Amino acid sequence: MPSITRADVAHLARLSRLALSDDELDQMAGQLEVIITSVARVSEVADADVPPTSHSVPLTNVFRPDVLQPCLTPEAALSGAPALEDQRFRVPRILDEE
Amino acid sequence: MTELTRLSAAQAAGLIASGEVSAVELTAAHLDRIAAVDGSLNAFLHVDTEGALAAAAAVDAKRAAGHHLGPLAGVPLALKDVLTMNGVPTTCGSKILEGWRPPYDSTVVKKLRAADVVILGKTNMDEFAMGSSTENSAYGVTHNPWDLDRIPGGSSGGSSAAVASYEAPLAIGTDTGGSIRQPAAVTGIVGVKPTYGGVSRYGLIAFSSSLDQAGPFARNVYDAALLHAAIAGHDPMDSTSIDAPVPDVVAAALQADVRGLRIGVVRELNGDGYDNGVRQRFSEAVALLGELGASVGEVSCPHFDYAMPAYYLIAPSECSSNLARFDAMRYGLRIGDDGTRSAEEVMAITRAAGFGPEVKRRIMIGTYALSSGYYDAYYGSAQKVRTLISRDFTAAFEQFDVLISPTTPTTAFRIGERTDDPLKMYLADLDTIPSNLAGNASMSVPCGLSPDDGLPVGLQVMAPAMADDRLYRVGAALEGALDSRRGHLLLEEAPAL
Amino acid sequence: MSTAYEEALAKFEPVFGLETHVELGTRSKMFCGCSTTFGAAPNTHTCPTCLGLPGSLPVTNAVAIESTIRIGLALHCTIASWCRFARKNYFYPDMPKNFQISQYDEPLCIEGYLDVEVEGEVVRVGIERVHLEEDTGKSLHVGGSTGRIHGATHSLVDYNRAGIPLVEIVTKPVPGTGALAPEVARAYVTELRETLRTLNVSDVRMEEGSLRCDVNLSLNAIGATEWGTRSETKNVNSLRSVERAVRSEIERQADVLSSGGRVKQETRHFHEDSGLTTSGRSKEQAEDYRYFPEPDLVPIAPPAEWVEELRATLPELPFDRRRRLRDEWGISVLEMQAALNAGAVGSIEATVALRVPARDAYKWWMGELARQANERSVEVSELPVTPEQVARIVALIAEGKVNDKLARQVLDLVIAGEGSPDEVIAARGLAVVSDDGALGAAVDEAIAADPDAAQKVRDGKVAAAGALVGAVMKLTRGQADAARVRELVLEKLGANG
Repeated sequence: MPSITRADVAHLARLSRLALSDDELDQMAGQLEVIITSVARVSEVADADVPPTSHSVPLTNVFRPDVLQPCLTPEAALSGAPALEDQRFRVPRILDEE
Repeated sequence: MTELTRLSAAQAAGLIASGEVSAVELTAAHLDRIAAVDGSLNAFLHVDTEGALAAAAAVDAKRAAGHHLGPLAGVPLALKDVLTMNGVPTTCGSKILEGWRPPYDSTVVKKLRAADVVILGKTNMDEFAMGSSTENSAYGVTHNPWDLDRIPGGSSGGSSAAVASYEAPLAIGTDTGGSIRQPAAVTGIVGVKPTYGGVSRYGLIAFSSSLDQAGPFARNVYDAALLHAAIAGHDPMDSTSIDAPVPDVVAAALQADVRGLRIGVVRELNGDGYDNGVRQRFSEAVALLGELGASVGEVSCPHFDYAMPAYYLIAPSECSSNLARFDAMRYGLRIGDDGTRSAEEVMAITRAAGFGPEVKRRIMIGTYALSSGYYDAYYGSAQKVRTLISRDFTAAFEQFDVLISPTTPTTAFRIGERTDDPLKMYLADLDTIPSNLAGNASMSVPCGLSPDDGLPVGLQVMAPAMADDRLYRVGAALEGALDSRRGHLLLEEAPAL
Repeated sequence: MSTAYEEALAKFEPVFGLETHVELGTRSKMFCGCSTTFGAAPNTHTCPTCLGLPGSLPVTNAVAIESTIRIGLALHCTIASWCRFARKNYFYPDMPKNFQISQYDEPLCIEGYLDVEVEGEVVRVGIERVHLEEDTGKSLHVGGSTGRIHGATHSLVDYNRAGIPLVEIVTKPVPGTGALAPEVARAYVTELRETLRTLNVSDVRMEEGSLRCDVNLSLNAIGATEWGTRSETKNVNSLRSVERAVRSEIERQADVLSSGGRVKQETRHFHEDSGLTTSGRSKEQAEDYRYFPEPDLVPIAPPAEWVEELRATLPELPFDRRRRLRDEWGISVLEMQAALNAGAVGSIEATVALRVPARDAYKWWMGELARQANERSVEVSELPVTPEQVARIVALIAEGKVNDKLARQVLDLVIAGEGSPDEVIAARGLAVVSDDGALGAAVDEAIAADPDAAQKVRDGKVAAAGALVGAVMKLTRGQADAARVRELVLEKLGANG
C-alpha cells in the first residue's frame, strides 16, 4: 500500500478545507500512514465477485409526492448566520466561479 | 417511598398517572440531582431547566384535565447533543457548533414530546460522535459514575453517565459503531441500537449516514423497551426509514422468556485481547441462558475480523462528506473573516480551529479513501466487506434466533489511557461494529461486575433486522435471572456520588 | 462569414458536445417541500433540508423522477432498471452541504439521440446520459464593479434556488458537421427546448436560467485520427450565444493551433457582450469530487410497467409532429422551417383543423399575418387574431364575398380590434359588389370616362379591357368581383373575351 507523504497530507487537507499547521501536517502524516495500513486489510477479502453494499436496508423507490410544505421563516432560516445583509447570508469574497 | 431519582421510568410514570407524584416534582428532583452531581460527572452540556419544568407542568395539567397519559408521560430524559431540538443549543460536542440553536425538532424529539417525555437537557459526547470514551468532546471529559477516573464509554458517554448516576432514568444515544452499546456496557446499564431504519434519523446530525441509529438507554430492559417503542416507527422525512410495524418490544420485555430460543455465541467475538473478567462474566451468562431454557451453540462469522477496518473506511468516508457543511458560512463558528480573506480561506481556518484532532483525522482518512485512484481499494473494498458481513449474519441467523458476544473486550478504561493511540481506542468497538455494518438490531445488557476490577461487563445480543423484539426477550430474561440471583439491582453496587 | 472562420474550417474539423441543465417545473424542490417559484424574496423558500442544516435529510420528489424518465424516453434513451444518487463533493458557499446530490456512474437515462434539422438536412445528435441533480443557491457579489465576482469585497447568498431539481442532458461528441457546427449546436438546443416544452416538464426560460448550456469544443486536424483537446465553455445562456460560442471557440482554437500552440483543457467563460470566451480554471487544478453513493437516499429502480406507461403516454414530439404536418400539408422542409421560425405552426394547425385547406392556412399565416407580426415584433401566434377568424376569411373568399385584397383589409381591421371579420365587413361595407345593377352603373361610368379604351375593345383589342376593369375596381373601392366586371365590360362593348 502506498505510504502517505507530507505532500499527500497537504493535498488532502486542501481538499478537506482544513488549514492545518505544519506540526499537524507532520503528526497527521504518521497517523494516517498507520491507520491506512491497518485498514487496507479489507482488500484481502474484497473479491471481484462480491457486490458492494452501500445501504444495509433493502429499500428502493422511496419518493415523496410533489406537494409544498411550509418553509422556515427567513428569520429562522438566517438565525444561525455568522453575518447577514439584506436578508441574505453574508460571506467573505469568493475566489473563483465553479 | 424511594428517592424519586431511583425510580425506574415505568414506576415513575405509574406514580404520575396515579397522582402520587407530580411530573414537576419528579423533574425538579432530577434537576436537583444534576445540580448536585454533574460537577463531578460532566454528563450534561446544557440543562434546559425552564423547558423541562414547563413540559412537566403541561403533563400535570393534562392529568388534571382528565386526559389519558402515555406510558412515559412525565418521565425525565437526557438527550444526546447530536439530536436537534428547536431553539435549544446543539453542539455535537464541537466548538464549530458552539452557540448554534437549531430552528427545528428532530423526529426523535417530536416523538418524545408527543409521548410527554420531559427532556432535561443535552448530554456530552465525543465530538460528532467520533470516539469511544467521550474524551473527544470540546467541552471536557465525562466521568464514569462507577469510577470517576474512568471513561463512561462513547460516543454517547454523557447519556450513559446520566442514566447510571440517576440524573435521568432514560436517555437517548446514537450508535454508529457501538456508541450506545459500549457506553451502556461500561456503565452497567441497558443500551439498544435498533434496526437501521427503525428510528428516524431526521434531525440526527450525521456522522456516518449509513450506520447511524438513535436508540434508548435505561437502567432496565423494560424501561428501554418503553422508550424504544416511543421513538421508533416510519418517518416520511427519512428515506431510509423502514415502513413496517415496529416489533412489539414492550411485550417481548414482559415475556422475558428464552425457552426454546436458539442462541449462537459468535466465535470471532471472544478470545485474545478480551479481559479475563469480561470473559468470565460472559461465559457465566451463557451458561445461565442455557439454564433458562435456551439452546446455546457456537457459530462462526469469519468476516467479522474485517469489520473494524471496513468500518474505519466507511465511517470516515461518509463523515468527510457529512461534515463538509460546517464551513462558517450559514451557522456556527466563523474565524478569520477580517475583510481581506476569501471564503475559501475562512472556511479552512474555521474548520481547522473548530474541529478537534480526531474529527480532523477522520475527515482526512475519509477524503483519502474516496479520492480518485484510491476509491476501489479502500471505500469500494470496505463496501464489499459489508456484503460479506451481512452474509455471515444471514447464515448465522439461519441456525440461531439471536447471536451473543461480550459488548466490549474490556471494562471501562482509565481517562487518558488510549488518547495517544487511535488504533487501540478503536478496539473498544470491536464487537459492536458488525451490527452497524449489517444494519441489524443489537443490545447491551449488564451481566455483572468484572472480578478483576469490579466494573460492569455488558453482554451483547444481536438479532436480525426488524426482529428487535428478540433482544428484549433475551435481555429481560437474563436481567431477571441475574437480579434475582444477586438479590438486588446491579447499579446498587455502584459507589454513591 | 468571416475569413478567419473559413480558414479555420479549411484546416480543422470541429467536434462539439453540449451539456444542458434544465430546471424542472415541479411545484416543490428536489428533496424537500419548499416552493420552486422564481423571484421570491431572498431565503423565503428554504427549510432545514435545502439549507443543509445539520441533521436534515433529503427525500426524493416523485415528479422529478417521473419527469426525468419522460425526458429520457423522449430522447430515445434506455431507462436504468436500477440506479443511485451520488454525492459530488466540493466546497462552494452557494452549495449548502458542500456536496451536491447528483448522479455519477449510474445515471437514470443513457444512450439516446435527438434528431435536429439544419438547412433541410436531418442531423442525429447522440445523447450520452440524462441525470438528475439539485441546483445551488445564488450569490450576489458586492463591492466590485457591476456585480462581478472579480474585485468583490464580499458576497450575499440566497438559497431559494438551492435544491431545485436540475436535469443534466449530455450529448455525445458531435463530429462531421463542418461549417454548420454552430447552426447544428443551436438547432439542437432549440429542438431540445421544444421537446421539453412539449413534455411540459420545464418552462425552459433561458433568460431566467431555467435552461443553461455548457459548450464543449475541440478541433481535429483534417485527416487526423486523434481527437483534439477540448475546452468547456460555461454558462452559454441563449440560443444565439450557443451559436456564437461554438463559432468563436472554433476560431480561437484554430488560431492557437495554427500558430503552433496547444489547446488547453480548461473551463472558459462566454461573454454575451463580445461574443468571445475567456479562460477560467484549468482542468489541471480541477477538484477531485470524491463521488460516492448517497447514503441518505435509497436506490431508484423504476418498475418496467411504470416506464412503459410513461412511454405510452408521451405526447407527440416536435420532430415527429413537424414531419407529420409537412406530409399532411404538402409543404417543403424549408417552408416548415419558416413556419417554425415564425412560431406559426400551431396557428396553422388549428386553422387546418377548422377544415381550411392547408395551402390557404399556410398562405394567410405565413403571408399577411407574418408580415403584421414582424411589424409588431411579436410571434404570429401572439397577434390578436384567431384561427377561427382566419378560417372565416378563407370561407368568405371561397364564397366570393370578398377578394384577396379585401380579405387583407378585413384582417388588418380585425387585428386593429374592430371585431370579427363579419362585423368588420358589415361596419365598413367591404363586401364584394356583385349586384349587376350597381356594377353596370360603374361600368357605364368607366366607359364614358375612357372612350379611347372603349373603342379599342369594340375594335376587338380585348386586352384594352384591363384599363376599364381597373377603373371600375377603383370606382368600387376594390369591392367588385374583378371577373364579373370584366364580363360586364365585354358584354356592354359587344366584344367576346
